[in-house]
Amino acid sequence: MASWSQLEAIKTAKVLMVGAGGIGCELLKTLALSGFQDIHIIDMDTIEVSNLNRQFLFRQSHVGQSKAKVARDAVLKFRPHISITPHHANVKDPEFNVDFFKDFNVVLNGLDNLDARRHVNRLCLAAGVPLVESGTTGFLGQVTVHVKGKTECYECQPKPTPKTYPVCTITSTPSKFVHCIVWAKDLLFAKLFGDKNQENDLNVHPSAGTNSTNPTEDVFERRADEDPEQYGRKIYDHVFGYNIQVALANEETWKNRNKPRPVYVRDVLPDKLIQQNGSLEKNCVTEESAVSAMSSLGLKNPQDVWSLAENSRIFLEALRLFIEKRQKDFGNLAFDKDDQLAVEFVTAAANVRASSFGISLHSLFEAKGIAGNIVHAVATTNAVIAGLIVIEAIKVLQGDFQNYRMTYCLEHPSRKMLLMPVQPFEANKSCYVCSETPLLLEINTRTSKLRDFVEKIVKNKLGMNLPLIMHGSTLIFEAGDDLEEDVAANYALNLDKALAELPPPVTSGTVLTVEDLRQELSCNINIKHRLPIASRQIASSRNKGGV
Amino acid sequence: MDGEELTEEETALYDRQIRVWGVDAQKRLSKAHILVRGLNGTAVEFCKNMVLAGIGSLTLMDDRSVTEDVLQSNFLIPPDEAYYSGRSLDELCCESLKDFNPMVRVSVEKGDLSQFDGEFFDKFDAVVLSCCSLKTKKAINEKCRRRPRRVAFYAIECRDSCGEIFVDLQKYTYIQVMSSYVAPCLDYILDCYKHGCLDTSDASKKSDGTAECQLNYPSLEEAISIAWRDLPRKVSKVYFAMRVIERFELSEGRNPGETSISDLPLILKMRKELCDAQSLGESYIPTSLLERILAAGGKEHPPVCAILGGVLGQEVIKAISGKGDPLKNFFYFDTADGKGIIEDMSNSSTS
Repeated sequence: MASWSQLEAIKTAKVLMVGAGGIGCELLKTLALSGFQDIHIIDMDTIEVSNLNRQFLFRQSHVGQSKAKVARDAVLKFRPHISITPHHANVKDPEFNVDFFKDFNVVLNGLDNLDARRHVNRLCLAAGVPLVESGTTGFLGQVTVHVKGKTECYECQPKPTPKTYPVCTITSTPSKFVHCIVWAKDLLFAKLFGDKNQENDLNVHPSAGTNSTNPTEDVFERRADEDPEQYGRKIYDHVFGYNIQVALANEETWKNRNKPRPVYVRDVLPDKLIQQNGSLEKNCVTEESAVSAMSSLGLKNPQDVWSLAENSRIFLEALRLFIEKRQKDFGNLAFDKDDQLAVEFVTAAANVRASSFGISLHSLFEAKGIAGNIVHAVATTNAVIAGLIVIEAIKVLQGDFQNYRMTYCLEHPSRKMLLMPVQPFEANKSCYVCSETPLLLEINTRTSKLRDFVEKIVKNKLGMNLPLIMHGSTLIFEAGDDLEEDVAANYALNLDKALAELPPPVTSGTVLTVEDLRQELSCNINIKHRLPIASRQIASSRNKGGV
Repeated sequence: MDGEELTEEETALYDRQIRVWGVDAQKRLSKAHILVRGLNGTAVEFCKNMVLAGIGSLTLMDDRSVTEDVLQSNFLIPPDEAYYSGRSLDELCCESLKDFNPMVRVSVEKGDLSQFDGEFFDKFDAVVLSCCSLKTKKAINEKCRRRPRRVAFYAIECRDSCGEIFVDLQKYTYIQVMSSYVAPCLDYILDCYKHGCLDTSDASKKSDGTAECQLNYPSLEEAISIAWRDLPRKVSKVYFAMRVIERFELSEGRNPGETSISDLPLILKMRKELCDAQSLGESYIPTSLLERILAAGGKEHPPVCAILGGVLGQEVIKAISGKGDPLKNFFYFDTADGKGIIEDMSNSSTS
């Protein structure tokens, strides 16, 4: 069996697990069986039904409870004398600082998003603690080892950033179903139910044919006395009919593309004017959670691909139900994949738009997966990966660095191998995270505000959580709640200024230093002024990467 | 499969895995019946995976009583003597597994499986043997192969931190989906790693067409009878080590795993005999590997249980759903090199 030194290393090890989900449950179980006696777990999530097909430490009765806590209780049942400390919190919280990380002999990640992974990577580097990273999607998975000074860090190789689509593709020239989903979710749904003050690229001009006397009236505003069904038809005709017709008027756009066709209620549902179904009394629905256009219309199977007519009915019925049952949520509703009515609405809207543009329609099941960025997952892959993580963890605890491996779990064998180990790579000397390499940023210093720089570059691209920005010896920005009033006011002013207008001005040749004290990461950025370019991007927030 | 839709409960529970293998595969799983004989750590991992996947029923056989050793790699049983005393391993595992997924029927079968009639096996879509002697494995494999309807046969073994899976699907026909995502070489994998992940959810949906494939699996007897010098080059050392240990246990009348390091001299003698008879250099079966296995006895390294149980779980799901290329016909994992290897050991007459 394991050598004496291995057993000793395991028995005395203090391990931090980040994530108690798909990989986490399998990992905690395997660590406990392997003889680990001091384990901490951080997970901010609560248990959902869709977790239960693989997160086997949880039961139906645990839905809504903390994953970290329930996982701990479940494992103590078969290993009552080991120490498992659950933290129902976000790993990015201030309590998990470098000193916290320094306490551990190894950190094991079972996360599902890039942001948290990068954060943990930086803290492990700062604390000098080895990190074993992992991820799974369907039948694929991998385990990688990151030890400062011996191997590359998690960020040495660039990781894919969230997929974004050009604004015009979403608003005017979709060619794939996912474009229609983004339109339905981030534009239409947001416009109807989300924050009214949020910028929205959806065309809102009233049509020439309305009875409105006010030319600037927003067609999306529903008057208090406006019948919900009539409002619904108006919206339908506006976004699927009128807006398309307006777009068709621009010949240039369609020179090399198939023209979309406008869709109106009267063409798709000629009998809609006769009230068919969907009356409240018929449903006897009282709870919000049971509100569903599908059940209202008797469409039972989420795997079915509905016709244009059925999608249109769902669209109108869902919109009606939102108005009649969910009015109080209007103004701050965000799309949630577990909100049945929202999923129905977005599916139907995307499908009607797809139909207009000659794109094939999709079932609710498929649409939900795309709109909700759902990661498909099975128990077996997680079990295999968990086993591999523990094997690497044991090597790390013994300092057996010659034998560290990155292991890939494949769906189809490569040279007879389903599990393929590879030697870890050396650190990337140009990695700005572990090798202190300066970066170059080309940006329009005259039009880009400091706010954009902070949000899009420092937080989003560089993954810093609570950054501070220095220009020479001047602090031009600091994130945080504990700043003095006048200092905070000064930063607020700075945020609204273009880079070139800051005191002192940031222009070509300026070197900015950005730091995140908690991540103990400091970066020098060489600024180069860039002339304006046309396109902006809409993020589809596809940043989930598998557990 | 038409006409019987999944219930709302099933759709909600299995959502994430339906996105992997589809509704039809899930329906087939819900009608599948699996027998597992021998409930060591690896088999328990496999059982957990099957119950979570939503099979129709799981039948367990292992009437050993619970000991410290058994509890070591078993996460289903609380270490409370008052609770487990007087009850057999299969009963205890059954109780625990039922909890994992109330929609799966988990039950216990008593008796000596190798004495059962062939008809007994007609109830099952797959039979999985663990902690069984070679004699038992061969006998049950033969019985399964003689049934009119295919009964898939699997044998799984984990010793120390290495292990073996044997698969026999007899004559197996399936639709192979030619995917443009097929990783032929290391460079592709490393490239994927460079881009951060092996998430090819877009790529894997591309289908360049389908083709009907037929595979012919040899029986266990046939597979292990292949002369060692006729085997493909560089076959996993674990294969040979397992055969030596098997032969040793048989000739000494030991139960599977009933070995210790004091058996080393006899094992080395056996290795020499077998290698001479098969004209294979003894270096193909490293002493260190044999030492590890002997010293461990029946003990399994829990991470390896998880790996083997996971791979086997995936194989059984593939065979039941008819989706995905099944493994043919041996799988090996050894912590020493970290590789999970498929070995195709079939005679030209059987492959």
